[in-house]
Amino acid sequence: MQFALLIFESPEAFAARNADENDPYLGAWRAYYKALVEANVYVGGNPLQSPETGTTVRLKDGKRRVQDGPFADTKEQLGGFTILELPSLDAALEWAARCPAAAIGAVEVRPVSPEYLRRVTG
Amino acid sequence: MSGGEQASIHRAIERVARESYGRLVAYLCSHTHDVGSAEDALSNALVAALETWPRDGVPQNPEAWLLTAARRSFIDLVRHRQVAEASEPTLALLREESKDMTLSPKFPDERLKLLFVCAHPAMDPAMHTPLMLQTVLGLDAARIAHAFLISPATMGQRLVRAKTKIRDGGIRFEIPQERELPQRLDAVLEAIYAAFGIGWDDMAGVDQSGRDLAEEAIWLARVLLHLMPQQTEVHGLLALMLHCEARRAARRGPDGRYVPLSEQDCQTWSRPLIEEAERHLKEASTRGRTGRFQLEAAIQSVHAERARSGEIQWNAIMMFYEQLIRISPTLGTRTGYAAAVAEARGAEPGMAALDAIDADDVSAYQPYWAVRAHLLRRLGKTPEALDAFDRAIGLTEDPAVRQFLLERRG
Repeated sequence: MQFALLIFESPEAFAARNADENDPYLGAWRAYYKALVEANVYVGGNPLQSPETGTTVRLKDGKRRVQDGPFADTKEQLGGFTILELPSLDAALEWAARCPAAAIGAVEVRPVSPEYLRRVTG
Repeated sequence: MSGGEQASIHRAIERVARESYGRLVAYLCSHTHDVGSAEDALSNALVAALETWPRDGVPQNPEAWLLTAARRSFIDLVRHRQVAEASEPTLALLREESKDMTLSPKFPDERLKLLFVCAHPAMDPAMHTPLMLQTVLGLDAARIAHAFLISPATMGQRLVRAKTKIRDGGIRFEIPQERELPQRLDAVLEAIYAAFGIGWDDMAGVDQSGRDLAEEAIWLARVLLHLMPQQTEVHGLLALMLHCEARRAARRGPDGRYVPLSEQDCQTWSRPLIEEAERHLKEASTRGRTGRFQLEAAIQSVHAERARSGEIQWNAIMMFYEQLIRISPTLGTRTGYAAAVAEARGAEPGMAALDAIDADDVSAYQPYWAVRAHLLRRLGKTPEALDAFDRAIGLTEDPAVRQFLLERRG
């Protein structure tokens, strides 16, 4: 089954993205990605640009409401996601613990919902 | 009552809870097999103690007091659950026993049976350690869940399910027969060692909960040794854990950096713990069959020897690993063997030993990749070494170890 690892990062971690090639956080991510691919569990994923690049849209009483910035105003923000193919939640939690973001931010593990996808796509 | 007296009574309750928890739970459920009710009854008794003792003072025999209170609550709980009529004789027995209870503060220690129940072949092996930690030591589900990297709610459910199986599954509260004892004892030892290993890996230098779990495991092994002093492997397991524990402080530099075993300052190792470990190892070696834990302890003993001789006898370590592989050919043993071969005989034979391990088994096994990276670098195979370093780094959970490997990778 598939699990999404939702990566929550601190402002410092977002700032570190501009660091040079030898930055340890970048190195850790590179290694983590390689380990996921080589272990044959990696399905897909993407990093997201920093939270202030986000724009949030709502319709209230038929009127458009547009807000600068991310949906939730929290210190740690969604910084990306990874989809993994794994036999169990236990295995997904193991991989989440190894994620470089787990030590400085948080990683939320959520099962992907193929049932709902089927109902949506028909 | 002053705050100081309050605190001292709370400490008294904590102490008796820690010393007596497993004994009381094991005794309460030895007839009914109802571990969950026994735990609930004991926690009711502890709450009662928190209410009564500050007012009336700590009783002369706190354990007997707790047992009396827990037993009353236990009878209520079991009756309330209305477990089939079959349990009526048990209730009668409990009522009978509780009459003369206060006269005799002594009661049999049933913890050994409880340990064998927790590691029973009918129980899911993944639950052996959590069950022991909860029923014998009284650790709560949330703390166990953190250590096992499982959500607290899930761990709580799994523990409840396991206890239902103990109660209703016809699992006998008994010490196994001679014939099946070695195998059954192995399961108990494995479960204790698993707790220690988790406490050990979790030690990020700052993680107090991980550190405690290793201590809890040593405590469990001491309980087991007290109950089975004649068993070689119990001595072996305790020796192994004490040797590792002796080096705890040396695993991190003053700045929190990871320090590998061969680079640790042996002056910072705990000499009393090493001496205690050596006593148990010696005790084990005077008895019959050589077991897995005895061999692992012997390997750690060779490392400890460096404190005296200044060098590591890799040949001895390699030979102990050869014996160990025959008994227990796990990934860990085979990886450790390859590392020892590399030190004793050279990087190429070490690589050959690594290559003998099936590649499918190691795709998520960090130590294999760390050793492989190290050996490839020694052989001058730079691109392959970088690749192996990445695999090791990507599989590392401990940030200090990750940092260490990133620096070694360069």
